[in-house]
Amino acid sequence: MSGIVHTRQAPPLSACVRAVGLVGPGLADWQTGAPVIAGDAPYQPSPTVLSAPQSLPPAERRRTGATVKLAIGVAQQAVAAAALDPVSLAAVFTSSGGDGLICHEICETLATDDRQISPTRFHNSVHNAAAGYWSIASGATAASSAICAHDGSFAAGLIEALTQVTVSGAPVLLTAYETSYPEPLRAKRPIPESFGAALVLAPAPGERSLARITAALTDAPCDRMADPELEALRAAIPAARSLPLLRLLARREPGRVVIEYLPRQRLAVEIGECR
Amino acid sequence: MRPLVISRFTAVSCIGRGLGATAASLRAERSGLAPCTFETVRLETYVGEVPGVDEESLPRELERFDCRNNRLAHLGLHQDGFIEAVRESAGRFGPRRIGLILGTSTSGMLATEVAYRRRDPATGALPADFDYAATHNSYSLAAFARELLGLEGPASVISTACSSSAKAFAAAWRMIEAGWIDAAVVGGVDSLCLTTLYGFHSLQLLSPAPCRPFDAAREGISIGEAAAFALLERLPEQVESGSILLTGSGESSDAHHMSSPHPQGRGARQAMEQALSAAGLAPADIDYINLHGTGTPSNDAAEGCAVSGLFGPSARASSTKGATGHTLGAAGALEAVICAIALTQRLMPGSANTRELDPAIGFEYLRANRRDERFRRALSNSFGFGGSNCSLVLERSA
Repeated sequence: MSGIVHTRQAPPLSACVRAVGLVGPGLADWQTGAPVIAGDAPYQPSPTVLSAPQSLPPAERRRTGATVKLAIGVAQQAVAAAALDPVSLAAVFTSSGGDGLICHEICETLATDDRQISPTRFHNSVHNAAAGYWSIASGATAASSAICAHDGSFAAGLIEALTQVTVSGAPVLLTAYETSYPEPLRAKRPIPESFGAALVLAPAPGERSLARITAALTDAPCDRMADPELEALRAAIPAARSLPLLRLLARREPGRVVIEYLPRQRLAVEIGECR
Repeated sequence: MRPLVISRFTAVSCIGRGLGATAASLRAERSGLAPCTFETVRLETYVGEVPGVDEESLPRELERFDCRNNRLAHLGLHQDGFIEAVRESAGRFGPRRIGLILGTSTSGMLATEVAYRRRDPATGALPADFDYAATHNSYSLAAFARELLGLEGPASVISTACSSSAKAFAAAWRMIEAGWIDAAVVGGVDSLCLTTLYGFHSLQLLSPAPCRPFDAAREGISIGEAAAFALLERLPEQVESGSILLTGSGESSDAHHMSSPHPQGRGARQAMEQALSAAGLAPADIDYINLHGTGTPSNDAAEGCAVSGLFGPSARASSTKGATGHTLGAAGALEAVICAIALTQRLMPGSANTRELDPAIGFEYLRANRRDERFRRALSNSFGFGGSNCSLVLERSA
């Protein structure tokens, strides 16, 4: 019960990136997408392809929508590449909007006289649906969270994941994902496509760590993507605000990027060698 | 974990505006549940509606955030000198050194539900005055509070259904421990909306009568609404006697089912064990457990199993949801504040509306209030959809 007030500047939060997962329009996975994001291969946009997670029991698999498929798919990619057991792996899920289609269907039904909404839709409408299905699919009993900071959701999730790694000293899975909203919500929240990115972060390097990342708050403006089509994705999809960071990881280059966080507050991420 | 002091806390729910009214209701074992007359809802159920939310008005420069949830947040932040305490803290540490982590499950969803009734008949478009980002989006709550409080530090919303605002305490503790911030505003706000009322109705989990947690004849939940906030800081060198401390937190996942708990409460037990271990306590050190206790047959059975398995027959516990209703994403913060009041007053609150105890309960379930001058440590449980569990340990300093 001892305690002293320590007034100090924020020490940078840091972790090793053990693996990356990626799913987006024209970006099937990290292995094939990394050269595109790095600028070594041409970007050819095509609709995002989502598949139902085979690890879910059939009853659960039938009930999952696009958002859960996207989040679990991209999380599984990263965890498999990191060769970690998901059972005891803490997980942070971050998204601006949860499942837009389910939200639309519920609101449509509630605007009728009938108002009988589907129980499955209701329990799938929670912001932590992806986190819940992930834990069911992978048997993960460790803590999981579901975070939102609107357009800054990726940075907010990254801060939470880095904080967990720092304090617990254990690896953490970060999954950022966003699916498109149908009309009429789309006019109010124009997210054009599904995009997901996952990072497995750990305090120390493993057999195949990509880089060490170190984050700090900054006033500097956000970095953009040089490719206009990738920049359009970054600007339109909260989870794709991660693209400048993914680009440096894909190029396996040290450097520094600034990504979107909150009004008047952004996140600077330095990429260095993981030793 | 290194404990934090909860230097200021407040709550608004159907049992009272602010600490004084809430404490008076708890002492009187009063329930705030009443037959549902909310909005256009036609369901045979009881709700814990906060009176006066519709009359609350936001400052003009923050009008874009106007919705029931942010009005309730506004009402809550204005109780018990909370805003002044946050500003004092921001003056001491700097506004960039104060974190803001809030929990909600539905945020301003009601605004979208109402907007869907006002779609353009020709195009189907939502009305021009509907502002998605400032009302419906989960982060709207923190965006609004950040502007109102003038904070410039890290901010986010945790939305893990009914464990949301308990987890906000745990996340804020980590951020302080990592040195990213010196203090944090945490809390939860959830307000009545049609999605949750008709949604829980579709799952057949709404009780037609006021909810009766751990009653042999319990029939389901009564939905409530609340705003509850706490200011967390590192311990000062000299802790004032009677201060309320956050000394432990534990989080886990059921990995079982989206809307039903693990039948033996496996995840619940894991979260409680972790919270005890973080606080450096043994089960026997906990004087009172504020249960999640929603009043559904399966939730209470699973939690009861976990509690009796870990704490044994001498544990004393109750759910306060018979008084407040289930305030969903705000429940974790509201019940942490109720524990703080309980510790301050050395009063373990009884379980309003519970009449015949479930004979399966394997510990001492408090139907009536219990005074205990040695009451020093409380554990608060919050469990949500998706199998998301969080337990907090609160202590009264000697």
